[in-house]
Amino acid sequence: MKKGETMSEASAPKKKLKIAVDHNLDEQVKKKITVDAQIAGRNEKGKIDFAELRAGGFIKQRQKDKFTVRLKCPGGKMTIEKLKKVVEAAEQFGSDFVHLTSRQSMEIPYVDYHDFGPLMDQLKEAGQEVASCGPRVRVPNACGGCEYNPNGLTDTVKMADIVNKRFFGIRVPHKFKTSFSGCPFDCIRSTTADLGLMGGVFPKWNEENCTGCTICASACTEGAIEAHPQTGKPIFTPEKCLYCADCVRACPTYSWTAEQTGHNLRVGGHHGRHPVNSTVVARFLTDDEAVTAIEATIEWYKKAGEGKGRIRIGNLLQQEGMLADYMAALKTAIGPAKLVNNPVLPEKITVAR
Amino acid sequence: MAETIAADKFIDISEEVCPMSFVLTKLALEELGDGQVLELLCQSGEPVRNISIQIKEEGHMVISVKKEGEAFFRLQIRKNQ
Repeated sequence: MKKGETMSEASAPKKKLKIAVDHNLDEQVKKKITVDAQIAGRNEKGKIDFAELRAGGFIKQRQKDKFTVRLKCPGGKMTIEKLKKVVEAAEQFGSDFVHLTSRQSMEIPYVDYHDFGPLMDQLKEAGQEVASCGPRVRVPNACGGCEYNPNGLTDTVKMADIVNKRFFGIRVPHKFKTSFSGCPFDCIRSTTADLGLMGGVFPKWNEENCTGCTICASACTEGAIEAHPQTGKPIFTPEKCLYCADCVRACPTYSWTAEQTGHNLRVGGHHGRHPVNSTVVARFLTDDEAVTAIEATIEWYKKAGEGKGRIRIGNLLQQEGMLADYMAALKTAIGPAKLVNNPVLPEKITVAR
Repeated sequence: MAETIAADKFIDISEEVCPMSFVLTKLALEELGDGQVLELLCQSGEPVRNISIQIKEEGHMVISVKKEGEAFFRLQIRKNQ
């Protein structure tokens, strides 16, 4: 394993924006590391795959020999067909319950480590992958997005799927959690993710069809739209707008329309012992631009965090000159048009303990 | 949108919030024919916001909006089959 790691690191191209896939998850490597293990107290033998263990997603419990197996559920979405098979595996190898994690994964607790082999085989058959832990790009989180949630403005589930397929498991200096929210309600807490996308719409008012009904002023909970005392027509203060599109949705005459729709990109948040609020670095990105920006962010984080130990991207950005350096990298990747001018540093959240 | 026309039905949902405000509005609209007008009295704030958004998404149209003091709104909705 060590040998494989060294070789793959050495041969990894150092080209800009090129991201080497985590070698721990490489299928070829996995195949070489399977060993047979005698299961204590039983007559059968089981295979334990150490490479799979090293990829994370198996968390040692307090109980002797027991592990919690964390399953990958990008965007918290799981087909019923897959769920049924996971239930079967959990019944066979786990306890009498599963745990739904705070980041939308499903965990099977109380798995004996001798059973890893057969459990993995069964999960593989179901098309169910194991999630990760440790200093890696984690499984993306997403809200319901725009498919069926009435407030959703962007397709967060699609973004979670893309990020899972392209970036999951990449080695970075510390854990790297992504969360995609379809609107500023931010149910998925993208503001305290290492990288968050938040759907937004910049509204535009056309006077032509407006009847001055004042519904938009009532719909706007931010005070960004006020009704003119005489005409009832909107007075818009863009600085107060949170880009929720309630005005667009509520307007009976289609006088408010979406001028720009896309993902607002936030970087550098995290929860935990010392929570940090992320900073907005770009606005109204298309799906493709968002993917490019995420790739550039991961690449920057790997390089800028090198030799600095386990450091979250939010703490790295707080170091002198780092935010400007990151913004330059982002500019190279997606151009200057949608970047936020003079972004504020990620802020530490004060929590009384 | 200040001019009010004679409504075909009136409901007072000024004590209701979501989801009852939506359900009662929808049930009242079901009793009307295409193009008929429902008038309703609802609370300002979230109820008027939600009703406006939901009615539009269901394909109907708010044709008249009147503020009744600070706390209430009187809406007229034209049913669209």
